[in-house]
Amino acid sequence: MFSRQLLSALVIGLAGLISPGAHAAPKTQFNVCWTIYAGWMPWEYAGAQGIVDKWAKKYGITIKVTQINDYVESINQYTAGQFDGCTMTNMDALTIPAAGGVDSTALVPGSYSNGNDGIVLKGKGKTLKDLKGQNVHLVQFSVSHYLLARGLDQAGLRERDVKVVNTSDADIAGAFATPKVTAAVTWNPQLATIAATPGAVKVFDSSQVPGEIIDLMVVNTATLKDNPALGKALTGAWFEVMALMKAGNVPALTHMAKASGTTLADYQSQLKTTALMFTPAEAVTFVTSPKLAETMKRVSKFSFDKNLLGEGAKSADAIGVAFPGGAVNGNAKNTKLRFDDTYLRLAADGKL
Amino acid sequence: MRFVNRQPGHGGRWLLALLPLILILAAYATGSALRLADNPEDKLLPSATQMAEAIDRMAFTQDERTGDYLLWTDTAASLVRLGLGLGIAALAGLCLGIAAGTFPLLRAPLSPLLTLLSMVPPVAILPILFIVFGLDELSKVMLIVIGITPVLARDLEQRAREIPREVLVKAQTLGANSWTLVLRVVLPQLLSRLLVSLRLMLGSAWLFLICAEAISATSGLGYRIFLVRRYMAMDVILPYVVWITLLAWGSDYLLRRLNQWCFPWSMGEKA
Repeated sequence: MFSRQLLSALVIGLAGLISPGAHAAPKTQFNVCWTIYAGWMPWEYAGAQGIVDKWAKKYGITIKVTQINDYVESINQYTAGQFDGCTMTNMDALTIPAAGGVDSTALVPGSYSNGNDGIVLKGKGKTLKDLKGQNVHLVQFSVSHYLLARGLDQAGLRERDVKVVNTSDADIAGAFATPKVTAAVTWNPQLATIAATPGAVKVFDSSQVPGEIIDLMVVNTATLKDNPALGKALTGAWFEVMALMKAGNVPALTHMAKASGTTLADYQSQLKTTALMFTPAEAVTFVTSPKLAETMKRVSKFSFDKNLLGEGAKSADAIGVAFPGGAVNGNAKNTKLRFDDTYLRLAADGKL
Repeated sequence: MRFVNRQPGHGGRWLLALLPLILILAAYATGSALRLADNPEDKLLPSATQMAEAIDRMAFTQDERTGDYLLWTDTAASLVRLGLGLGIAALAGLCLGIAAGTFPLLRAPLSPLLTLLSMVPPVAILPILFIVFGLDELSKVMLIVIGITPVLARDLEQRAREIPREVLVKAQTLGANSWTLVLRVVLPQLLSRLLVSLRLMLGSAWLFLICAEAISATSGLGYRIFLVRRYMAMDVILPYVVWITLLAWGSDYLLRRLNQWCFPWSMGEKA
């Protein structure tokens, strides 16, 4: 019957449209995405200046670097299989792709927040303890929420001592300008804006928990395994830009400042609170240090407490996080996030 | 027989109405099954069981932290905001519409202003709105009010101007002054239209509500969607979207019945 044929054709056609695209196989074309943040602007520069192209060509592949405007959306797109790699923090890598069953590798630990995330209170002479009883505006379940938890720890408070109000990162600066909002947690550049409000005090920031909020380039583990060229090209391109930044190359920094919608001076001040790992050796030291495993344990616990590891998660150890050398935090059989030093070591040894 | 002249039978009409829905569901189920076979933890296209579990968790299980049943607290919070917003907008739209539609002296300043205001996209001026109205309930209600009042008022103004001049003149010859004219002639005719306009604006009202809740909130249907979007919990988002659709459809139905019940004449031959 005609209608039956039509029906089956339609079903097959529609199903084809939404079939999974994350199958890993040797391929030559790759897509990575990034979002605007001080520590990720080097990806923009590497993409725009042809540095990524140059390195990709060296390994016989092509890599398309795409900017996504919405941070969470970029991670969701990566998790859904639209991109082979994406920039994100360690906590988001654990709670979005890893908790969504997408085995991911932290290829390049580019930097960590060293003051880029902070808690701001209104009122002269306020301290961290004054958080008690406040309505705290922040993006719930983000690194800001994690920072708040760390801050509350240090002040001897608990989350039930405050009331968290979910406020989008795009609107938090405007929100802080209203009289009723007296406490907010956010990241730069918004943090700089709200901390500059007259009478506002930054009572806690990520420089007090250094190395815990890490800015990564995360790639799909299966894709990377089948295509080491992707890892080599991205790592090579990254450290080429890092060399420029370490040397304080003004045209490069100006380019990045402009692309992030700010001035050179402002961008440089954002970089002051971003601990970039300029050389491959620094990055290797960072990912092989035992402190990273401790940090990830803390992040897993926070994420589990907030129900972010998925409904199937029975404990904070539900998802395995692997470190260089084979050590695994949590359930090794369900390892979904891997810190890897293979490509960093190749870069350190000048073998890229 | 030519295609243009073919009519579906009674059963056929039902079948044709359901067919697109069935196709969408089938395509979804296929896509979901394929993705889940590939990666059982996949969150993008959850299966029916996963969504049922999420509904059970959100609607029928107490939240560990607050002890609330989240779906119902969210629904209550959103419906209160929507109801207040629609109510205020209806009242303001009606007053402005009657003023601009009935009195030429008021129309001169009001009509161009309303036309201009209805073109301002409220979401674009949000930062101003919450500096003026604060971040709590008021700003969420005001976003709905500001978003739909000018459009409602313009529609009602147009309807008021369509009332035949003869009717107004006749009422005056029978002794009506401006006030009784509004009360006895214009208002009854516009009330029915107000309900129809409100039905048409329901979609926009929901849109503004969800926008407002995405920006800053501690409860509400839009709040929950944007919150769990943070870790791509589509198993919660999809049932919430279906629930919002049902609520919107339900309020549309209620407004239609209210119109039928209060103003049976407005239905013409259909009543």
